[in-house]
Amino acid sequence: MTTGVERAAVKGQDRGYLLGAAMFAPAALYILLIIGVPFAMAFMYAFSDVTVGSEGMSFVGFDNFASILESPTFRKSLENSIIFTLASQALVLVGSTMLALALNKPFRGRKLVRFVLLLPWVAPISLGAIGWKWMLDSLYSVINWVLIHLHLVKEFDPPMWLGEPKLAMLSVILVHSWRLLPFSTVIILAGLTAIPKDIPEAAEVDGAGFWRTLFEITIPMMRPILNVALLFGIIFTFTDMTVVYVLTAGGPFDSTQVLPSYAFTTGILSGDLAQGAAVSLFLVPLLAAVAYGMLRVAARSEVV
Amino acid sequence: MATRGRFRPTWRGLGHGAIIAVFTILLGFPFYWMLITSFKQTGDLYDLEHNPFILNDKPTLEHLRFLFFETRFVRWLLNTLVVGVFVVGITLTLALPAAYALARLTGRWGQRLGIGIFLTYLIPPTLLFIPLSRVVALLGLQDTIWALVVVYPSFTVPFSIWLLMGFFKAIPKELEDAAMVDGLTRFGVFAKLVVPMSLSGILTVVIFTFTLVTQEFVYALTFISPESNQMLGVGVPTFLVRGDVYYWGSLMGACLIATIPIAFLYNMFLDRFISGFTVGAVK
Repeated sequence: MTTGVERAAVKGQDRGYLLGAAMFAPAALYILLIIGVPFAMAFMYAFSDVTVGSEGMSFVGFDNFASILESPTFRKSLENSIIFTLASQALVLVGSTMLALALNKPFRGRKLVRFVLLLPWVAPISLGAIGWKWMLDSLYSVINWVLIHLHLVKEFDPPMWLGEPKLAMLSVILVHSWRLLPFSTVIILAGLTAIPKDIPEAAEVDGAGFWRTLFEITIPMMRPILNVALLFGIIFTFTDMTVVYVLTAGGPFDSTQVLPSYAFTTGILSGDLAQGAAVSLFLVPLLAAVAYGMLRVAARSEVV
Repeated sequence: MATRGRFRPTWRGLGHGAIIAVFTILLGFPFYWMLITSFKQTGDLYDLEHNPFILNDKPTLEHLRFLFFETRFVRWLLNTLVVGVFVVGITLTLALPAAYALARLTGRWGQRLGIGIFLTYLIPPTLLFIPLSRVVALLGLQDTIWALVVVYPSFTVPFSIWLLMGFFKAIPKELEDAAMVDGLTRFGVFAKLVVPMSLSGILTVVIFTFTLVTQEFVYALTFISPESNQMLGVGVPTFLVRGDVYYWGSLMGACLIATIPIAFLYNMFLDRFISGFTVGAVK
């Protein structure tokens, strides 16, 4: 009987590779065609003069890069993308760590709280953003109503959240953080359940105190999962244009324009595919860095 | 030890409660605001003398009536549903065999390919949408939902392969070997034993795919312009604004209707989705 199983297994191994290749091939082919080929095309376009209407294309070397590097809007977008990513990741990381630590203890109504906390993440991004657009309305903003009634701002000169460059940037950052916070929280929460509870408890019994235990024991033990949350957060922030597009469409005066929204404006709205592709290629260095980071995390946890 | 201070208010208990309360309000308030906006009479909505947090007049269904009967909202819902069904079909067809191959049949290579698949879901739509707009036009699919049916699996397939791999690896090898001794072929084992045993994994993929289809914005915005062919996520914020007029009541109603069902489904499968994101940092 055992030999039968072994023989079958060995025979399975031999034919396994062929069958494995056949079963993997359709997915691999699809990914190659719909992700691989366009990815290569993005590089090709960036060095060409292709537009929406053009039939063929010729290569123009670094012309596209030269002209976008001179464009003030591009420089503003690059700067905004970096600020947008850094600021919202800082907010999300601190907020979600606090929230995950609080949620890690059982309490009554936890299921309901979890449902409410997840809403910003499960709501379609564009619809969550349109909800905020209403809350930040220039005339009927509920936030301004509260601020006016608390006498924090003047009734006839309330903040124009989406109409003033600095406030618009702040709004975009806050709304994006609002959306990302639940995602980051549940990832960290999943990591927390893997940390043995008795180590921080023992440290506190030994007199380490709440804050010292938090910063010297709990948070260092959370490092791998914080890395994962941060890496996904960076991708979801640096490459996203939805919140910006819905709230401000990059305005006022390009003050909230980020790389993806600028690529959309140039490449799709103005039809200059080549320049648009060149703009979007500036996403690649950070994506490569994140991919490297993910591989490090995966290697350390022995997935590879 | 464990029950010490459980019924006594402590500083730490207060801090704990305060953190939960503040975050719940910050994250949940916009949805309360959507709810109350969609039932407020227009006069109430735009009266700055009124307390905005409550219904000052009788609730009205006017905004929802407008949404369902005077906009293409129902059409967008149906479009989203149709695209969802097709994308789920394509995703399962491609991801199930691929995940099984990576989990069982390709040995050391399988793990490397698996990591490669994982990395492809780091490539964002905002990098691919410009070339893909050309591809979609070449295929003659511009302005139709079929453009999305072709493109959306590019972000659902990699994630689903990764998720299903985990499920397949959890099935005991001995069970499969025994079934092969009993006369099933390797592919028979996959089709008749492994797939039926992984129903909860498949269900997770279905829910997750639907969620992603509903949430997607960039591709739908890029490939489709006619109002009646639009998806929920683009149709609502684009066509419920006419000129300078925002139909806030209907807009907020649409946001809620699109969000609540997904929220329930997502909550049921939360733990499984998360396992697809933790890169093995959690075991």
